[in-house]
Amino acid sequence: MGMTITEKILAGHAGRERVAPGELVNCRLDLVLGNDITAPLAIQEFRKLGLSMVFDPGRVVLVMDHFTPNKDIKSAEQRLMIRQFAREFGIVNYFDVGAMGIEHCLLPEQGLVVPGDCMIGADSHTCTYGALGAFATGVGSTDLAAGMAMGECWFKVPESMKFVFHGELRPWVGGKDLILYTIGRIGVEGARYRAMEFTGEAIGALSVEGRLTMCNMAVEAGAKNGIVAPDDKTLAFEADRARRPYQVYASDPDAPYVEVHEYEAGQIEPQVAFPHLPENSRPVSEAAGIAVDQVVIGSCTNGRLEDLRTAAGILKGRRASSKLRLIVIPGTQEIYLQAMREGLLEVFVEAGAAVSTPTCGPCLGGHMGILAHGERALATTNRNFVGRMGHPESEVYLAGPAVAAASAITGYITHPEEVVRQ
Amino acid sequence: MIIKGCIWKFGNDVNTDLIIPARYLNTTDPQELASHCMEDADKSFAGRVRPGDIIVAGCNFGCGSSREHAPVAIKSAGVSCVIAASFARIFYRNAVNIGLPILEAGESVQAIESGDEVEVDLATGEIRNLTHPAAYQAAAFPSFMQQIIKAGGLINYVRERMAD
Repeated sequence: MGMTITEKILAGHAGRERVAPGELVNCRLDLVLGNDITAPLAIQEFRKLGLSMVFDPGRVVLVMDHFTPNKDIKSAEQRLMIRQFAREFGIVNYFDVGAMGIEHCLLPEQGLVVPGDCMIGADSHTCTYGALGAFATGVGSTDLAAGMAMGECWFKVPESMKFVFHGELRPWVGGKDLILYTIGRIGVEGARYRAMEFTGEAIGALSVEGRLTMCNMAVEAGAKNGIVAPDDKTLAFEADRARRPYQVYASDPDAPYVEVHEYEAGQIEPQVAFPHLPENSRPVSEAAGIAVDQVVIGSCTNGRLEDLRTAAGILKGRRASSKLRLIVIPGTQEIYLQAMREGLLEVFVEAGAAVSTPTCGPCLGGHMGILAHGERALATTNRNFVGRMGHPESEVYLAGPAVAAASAITGYITHPEEVVRQ
Repeated sequence: MIIKGCIWKFGNDVNTDLIIPARYLNTTDPQELASHCMEDADKSFAGRVRPGDIIVAGCNFGCGSSREHAPVAIKSAGVSCVIAASFARIFYRNAVNIGLPILEAGESVQAIESGDEVEVDLATGEIRNLTHPAAYQAAAFPSFMQQIIKAGGLINYVRERMAD
């Protein structure tokens, strides 16, 4: 029996010929990641071990992104603690204001995570990096502390589910729509403890950015990891980025899958997930006319250059409705700079948007766009739980950047083709 | 290890934003986190929960973010054990790592009602409802996981082992 790409990466990092789903394996880690929310607890735990160094100062990445630039005094104190730790332990990849970006936009862009890696991050959306053909999964702060100490982590080898997207994507449909559609079919625990492997012509046609968006939300179906086998696009993406040699893995033709789901990409409309779970996804036509108070374009899900280009293409020469606030958040400094060079930021500002420095900010109700009682947002983010973006009685609808930009113009949830054909 | 307490009942897909909203993640102080525990699911919880109380919930408890603040808030609020039909994987791992006992017990425990007094044997996984007499069986923790819980979490467990 063959192995899936997930099983091969885990076997390779456990020093084993092969592994099977359900087995517990101890793996060597290529990278461990923490952010400004999870690192403080991890550092407290790490210090209890009384060690004088981390396993490899070049393989620990700390990104200040959630409540950064510091949103209040308490957050500032926590960053200070992380900064001191980074200095004391010589952490090479410590990213603070001016260098930082949203972690899951930043690490692929900087070539810190590469195909074939096995890594953990104390952030649930660490599963994003599966889009590069890596095994990457979210853990908590104590696992991060142990990972920083030992450079190892134990895993239960997940069963794999295969998702095949046949055919061609419709106009205005991207990675976000495919993953919302998928979660809508299988539910928020449909892939609990499992690997979600994405394949098919439509995935091949997606950019690496679109695949990052898809794998990013694997955790919203409960998955341990999302993954796409590397292809020419992946290798081109890595060509001037990868900071380490890497290994390309692929699933065997006879690899075991606990479930196989096949979808016709051409049948999938742009999607919108209704409150209060990502599984409540429906075609945008069923959401048409729902008025929104705020539109957010950004986050680790959709804060990449391609997302900004898509949004700017729709907003160019148009203005956002005066009934709502439009907030655009480029994912990293490099994306911000490139968006400036391409004139995208000008399009956003002329459309009446607030353009923010990179931050997770409003996605988790941190800062930079909190909702009041009874308000409703349409966001390109990843979670629409109760109170996620502010008041417990506010609402979040999730969509891709095209629907978000079109809706910003009309003031209500809108299919992009309605705006563009005008 | 036997635990006894009163039940707080919650539904399916209780996510980490409900357990501890992100607006309180600017601290790691366990008592402060406890004072906001379950705030967006039940505002009265933090004020009324008593030491030893037990949470019973449906499927996918703890889904959402990786914030370890979630099991820390529950443990610091005095909750002695969380019993659910199923848990999200990061929450499960975090709970063990910080020494919060949790039991995966399938759908049958949904018969337990809020306010019932329940006794749990962590060594055997047996759950006994003392108010409306009934017994349920959850998978027991393997002994190394019981040791981690007993030590108060993974880091304490590792330190104890290293000191031996």
